[in-house]
Amino acid sequence: MNTKLATILLLASVSGLAACSKKAPDTLPPDPVDNTGPTTTPTPRPTTTTGAQPGTQAHFAGAVGSSTTIYFDTDRYNVDTQDAAALQAQAQYFARYPQVTFTIEGHADERGTREYNIALGEKRANAAKAYLVSLGVDANRIAVVSYGKERPIALASNESAWAQNRRAASVIIN
Amino acid sequence: MKALIALLLAGTATIASAQDLGAPQGETAPVEVIDSGADDDVEIRVTDEAAWSDIGIAIPAFATDRERPTPANEAGTGALGREVARVITANLRNNGLFKPVGPDSLPQPAFSAVRAPAYGAWSGQGAEMLVQGYVTARDDGRLVVGCYLYDVELQQQLVREGWVVAAADWRRAAHKCSDLIFSRLTGESPFFDSRIAYIAETGPKDRRVKRLAVMDSDGANHRFLTLGSATALTPRYSPDYSKILYLSYVDGNPRIYVYDIGSGKQTLVTENKNPTIAPRWSPDGKFILYSMGVAGNTDIYRIPVTGGTALKLTDNPGIDVGGSYSPDGSQIVFESDRSGTQQCYVMDADGKNQKRISFFGGRCATPEWSSRGDQIAFTRIAGDFNVAVMNTSGGGMRVLTKGWQDEAPTWAPNGRIIQFFRTEKNTGRSGIWQVDLTGQNERRLPTPVDASDPAWGPIRP
Repeated sequence: MNTKLATILLLASVSGLAACSKKAPDTLPPDPVDNTGPTTTPTPRPTTTTGAQPGTQAHFAGAVGSSTTIYFDTDRYNVDTQDAAALQAQAQYFARYPQVTFTIEGHADERGTREYNIALGEKRANAAKAYLVSLGVDANRIAVVSYGKERPIALASNESAWAQNRRAASVIIN
Repeated sequence: MKALIALLLAGTATIASAQDLGAPQGETAPVEVIDSGADDDVEIRVTDEAAWSDIGIAIPAFATDRERPTPANEAGTGALGREVARVITANLRNNGLFKPVGPDSLPQPAFSAVRAPAYGAWSGQGAEMLVQGYVTARDDGRLVVGCYLYDVELQQQLVREGWVVAAADWRRAAHKCSDLIFSRLTGESPFFDSRIAYIAETGPKDRRVKRLAVMDSDGANHRFLTLGSATALTPRYSPDYSKILYLSYVDGNPRIYVYDIGSGKQTLVTENKNPTIAPRWSPDGKFILYSMGVAGNTDIYRIPVTGGTALKLTDNPGIDVGGSYSPDGSQIVFESDRSGTQQCYVMDADGKNQKRISFFGGRCATPEWSSRGDQIAFTRIAGDFNVAVMNTSGGGMRVLTKGWQDEAPTWAPNGRIIQFFRTEKNTGRSGIWQVDLTGQNERRLPTPVDASDPAWGPIRP
């Protein structure tokens, strides 16, 4: 347990570093709640399991923070230094939990044609996969799917929303 | 470990077990053409074609020999005759081609007058052209619909035709009559008796439900073909209307399925672990184009409808996607970002002689070759997204629409009208629109819910 907690804290600091220099979204999606550690919430919680189990999305997000997702420039699919830092945080998690398999979901913003955007999301997800594989994650643990522009996270039609939607999100397969 | 097995299974895609289909929808029987009159045909040329859009056309209610009940209209064949005239009037008016006057503001001719119009009376009403017709019920329950076009000034019949249709197909007779009038007065090929496959959209922007749907060219006879549990995209009718190619996420990944309309069965276009997108038919219906991503790189492939070995048509590190055949099947226009941005390219049907044709600034996406062969419609991206046309070597580019995001043009069977879908800024709501080649006549098609990805089929067999 102590080892696990230490790892989580270490990963959290890595992703914290990564978050500093992000090119991207003016407003990122809110960081997921880190419910792996002791809670400071004053409201009483259910007495059942409050900590996410390793191998769940909540646990993964708790460990790497906003680094579950990387973001891309318009019509680009390259992994830049910021993306690399986030993917390194992911790779450490996946090294720590070698039984975990996951899907990288590639997405595009709405300012593209439908079919091209599916192909672009495919490129983005595969770029993230290739980088993780280069860091030692077994390719057989990684599925890839592109949703093109079909599943936006930010719903406005402006640069900030589009920046949040041009993404590759790693999602744990349960 | 369990998760890993599931992952690997998802990758094999040998069985299309997951279903998102509604009940199968059989297509109705072909329309039988009959000789509708005893008179000899009279060939008259319309003297001034430039002015045809201003021609006054009167379309009174179609007559009936005797009032009989029909499943097509509870009130009988007389009431149905009025409906037929309304459909024809709406067709001619909605496409901006003519300014017809319909049955609700005109007297209804008697059955005996259908072949002997009261020219004097119609001339007095200012009508230059007159459409008359009849609807009669046969003992077998089928309907006979006759359609006559007269030049009031010349007091001559220009064209006539008749059809025997199942009661459920009465609208097809109205569309056939519309096509007959349109073709006779404009010299263009018909397009009304055709269907459209599209994607029906409901729900909020981040949880949009996208279902495969079909309708007649005027929006009637609408049906949903999938239930909506899986996202469906980019349908394409086969040239004989027996099948629809479309993309579905039913197994979690984007894959193209061949949906057999009669049986309701669907099969994967190719059994492969890679995602397949952007399905297209060859004009003869014998080949299917699809685009497939391998390790993230999407290229265009061609496979016989009967299965077998796929031929890789493009081989390029950029995104090559889509494809639309020339009407003779010898060439394919497609989009590629191999130059750095989406542009349109033409290649031979076997992939040889690939060359870029779009050089007018902005990006060129979703090219569609006109069934007439002379024009290519595409999505022009230059700030906003607009529907534009160019000739087959990339010249003569003209932008036809002015929306914020207009994309994915599809041609009417006669190559004179283009449908596309328009997405609203912020709300993400979408609708199918159409525009003619002048860019002047633009209108939204009526659909029960939001709509995208229209795919206009050919004239029905």
